[in-house]
Amino acid sequence: MTVLAETPLNVTGTRKIAFERLVRVELRKLADTRAGRWLLISVAALTALVLVIQLWVVVAQDLQVDFSDFLLAMNTPMGILLPVLGVMSVTSEWSQRTAMVTFALEPSRLRVVAAKLVSVLVVSVGALAVGLLLGALAQLLYGVLSGNELVWGSAGTLAFNYLVSWVLGMVTGFAYGALLLNSAAGIVVYFVYSFVLPIPFAIGAQLMDWFDHLRPWIDFSFAQGPLLQGSLTGSEWAHLATSGLIWLVLPLVVGIWRINRAEVK
Amino acid sequence: MSSLAAGSYGIDISGTPAIPFGRLFRVELRKSVNTRAGRWLVGITVGAALLAETIFLIVAAAKNLDSAYGDFVAAAAFTSSFLLPIIGIMLVSSEWSQRTAMTTFTLEPHRMRIVWAKMLAGMSLTAFVIAFALMVGLVCNLLFAVIQGQSPDWTFGWSGFFGFLINQTFAMLGGFALACLFLNTPASIVVYVVYKYVVPTLLGIGSALMVWFSHFAPWIDFQAAQAELYDMPLTGSQWGHLIVSGFIWLVVPLGVGLWRIRHAEVK
Amino acid sequence: MIKVEGLTRAYGSFIAVDHISFECRQGRVTGFLGPNGAGKTTTMRVMVGLTPPTAGDVTIGGLHYADIPNPGRHVGVLLDASAQHEGRTGREVLEIGARTMGLPSSRIDEMLDLVSLDAREAKRRVRNYSLGMRQRLGIAHALLGDPSVLILDEPANGLDPAGIRWMRGLLKGYADRGGTVFLSSHLLHEVEQIADEMILIGNGKIVARGTRDELLRGATGGATTTLVTSLDNDHLAGALEEKGHEVHPAGGGLRVTAEPVEVGRVAAEKQIVLTDLRAGHEGGLEELFLELTADTQREHDVVPTGEPSA
Repeated sequence: MTVLAETPLNVTGTRKIAFERLVRVELRKLADTRAGRWLLISVAALTALVLVIQLWVVVAQDLQVDFSDFLLAMNTPMGILLPVLGVMSVTSEWSQRTAMVTFALEPSRLRVVAAKLVSVLVVSVGALAVGLLLGALAQLLYGVLSGNELVWGSAGTLAFNYLVSWVLGMVTGFAYGALLLNSAAGIVVYFVYSFVLPIPFAIGAQLMDWFDHLRPWIDFSFAQGPLLQGSLTGSEWAHLATSGLIWLVLPLVVGIWRINRAEVK
Repeated sequence: MSSLAAGSYGIDISGTPAIPFGRLFRVELRKSVNTRAGRWLVGITVGAALLAETIFLIVAAAKNLDSAYGDFVAAAAFTSSFLLPIIGIMLVSSEWSQRTAMTTFTLEPHRMRIVWAKMLAGMSLTAFVIAFALMVGLVCNLLFAVIQGQSPDWTFGWSGFFGFLINQTFAMLGGFALACLFLNTPASIVVYVVYKYVVPTLLGIGSALMVWFSHFAPWIDFQAAQAELYDMPLTGSQWGHLIVSGFIWLVVPLGVGLWRIRHAEVK
Repeated sequence: MIKVEGLTRAYGSFIAVDHISFECRQGRVTGFLGPNGAGKTTTMRVMVGLTPPTAGDVTIGGLHYADIPNPGRHVGVLLDASAQHEGRTGREVLEIGARTMGLPSSRIDEMLDLVSLDAREAKRRVRNYSLGMRQRLGIAHALLGDPSVLILDEPANGLDPAGIRWMRGLLKGYADRGGTVFLSSHLLHEVEQIADEMILIGNGKIVARGTRDELLRGATGGATTTLVTSLDNDHLAGALEEKGHEVHPAGGGLRVTAEPVEVGRVAAEKQIVLTDLRAGHEGGLEELFLELTADTQREHDVVPTGEPSA
């Protein structure tokens, strides 16, 4: 052939986008919108508020509490809002249509999803750090105000369990977000799963023995209960794994498959 | 400037009456179900009620439970009380997230008329869901009687009916009020869930720990106050609880929300 | 028909629209021109009551927008074609509008036909519409109630050249039948050909207004210019300067401050062959537009001051 070959795109000088750069960007995207920032601020503020109220009540009523009680109290705001953040971390890309830009800059969508998942884990760890700090502060104040001896209990195990619980919550939210690719639907389904579903499960377990035995294997929220109490037995871990397969892994896999295949508009 | 002079100057409005409220209401009702999201929501609400009834029927028949009409209706109410507020929320917030408020408010600049039309549309959907629950409950109750080979127990009564009606309407309006306040779907849903499921638990803990609080809690616990509605007639203090807590959780957010909608710059 | 008096809209310390007054007359197309962020959209939003003004007043046919009963029957509005529910079909969007205004369904078909959206396209969800299709849908929605006033924000946005020509004809015909059209654009040539009157806005202030010719006369200081190209431009330039005309090189030819007939006469005298001779309006309006809004443009020519800042 005599025709000069076309110059190919010279890509020797450009490396793939580093994964940790993707993670850093995804972390930033969680906090740089008004909705995201407010959500993070709400988590911290509500946690602090709950602790203050608890502290006030236990001191006024002269109650005996230990560190695990403070951790349990702050599980309420964290446990509700972190999964919402998990949902929104995926769905906001679709409702705000930024997915077009994101996937144009990194066409390997699975890497983006993985980066998002890692960023969600980082937030869970951050939340735990903030929670432990606030909880410890509340505990110390409690010691000063009540004059009671401080009981820390097995704080290390508990901290680990709470982290597992929050990570599971956030990733479950993430999975529903990926599955439905719509904020409102993702949040509603998450809340149905975490607030509404346990009620018929509980009623069923009360009425039928066989269902009572089956429940821990299929009720993910129920299986997560022991996490907040202390260390788990082998069968409790098995419950967690099996029910988690149904309520977390399955939607997550389908969701990721969907993101990977979807036409981005 | 008199309207007569205005007419001769520019546009002649003598032939155009204001948009009748009935028309606004019908349009808002249509808008609530003419999107895929809206249709799904109503469909799921109805479907979930049906599912709850079926499961309840199977369990009741299998375990030989003493079940009356009221129990069957309650099974449906359990699911719809969760989803009706979402309908209420989406009626308002979707106008803002989809930015259709721009069109809506240019066709009817009196924004409050739109809000009232939306509220009435929400109430109509509530009535529809209630009617559906009552009907399915009726069928299930008859089926139950046939399966058990006994005559159906129609214990439910008017007080139960009104309690159910008010309860479900309040559920929808609760979502509606929060959506007016936040004008944002996710925020409204999260706050609604917190208010419906978390606040009662916290109030319960507080009441258990502190005696003075246990006297105070009923005045702010809207969910507990509504639960009393199933056992009509209410006592004076029960009405008091309902009115005070309803004022806090329904009227205040709605009032602030309406003020916000009236003054908001629609983008 | 539309009367804007002393309109101001401030966002905190930022003044989006700064005390502007103008009028749009019946049977005419009024163009509202300005660079991005000049305050065009804000002005239009105040007109239809979506944004409350900080000061000033807007009336349409002597009435405030909110006082017009069933306003869709009198004022057609298109502010943002993409502000439609993504999950509704195009037809359904018009259906809602028609029902609100109390119009028969046949009107929807007429409008779909008018904006050339076929039945299949009308059944698709807005989510799947291109920008041009959304724009057509928006125009159909604005015309639905057969209004006597049209307020359109960037109506040509996203339309293809054929679409722009179609819209031009549509609006021209509409004004000729006695309608009032107020439309905005940041592209001069879009407006130039249909607007009977133009209002130029920059930084929230009106910088110029008038008909095309009025604006041009102002732009050239009343003098006429001619654009000329010949086989021997240097020779021609010299001859023209000899006669006392100002000559500047312009592109491949010359810009002369004289009537075309005068330039032609000089060329004939000197026996220079002309290849192009025309009145120098072209580009004049464009330049005027850029000049008037120069302070408000985002792109500045970087001019070194010669004095390095210490």
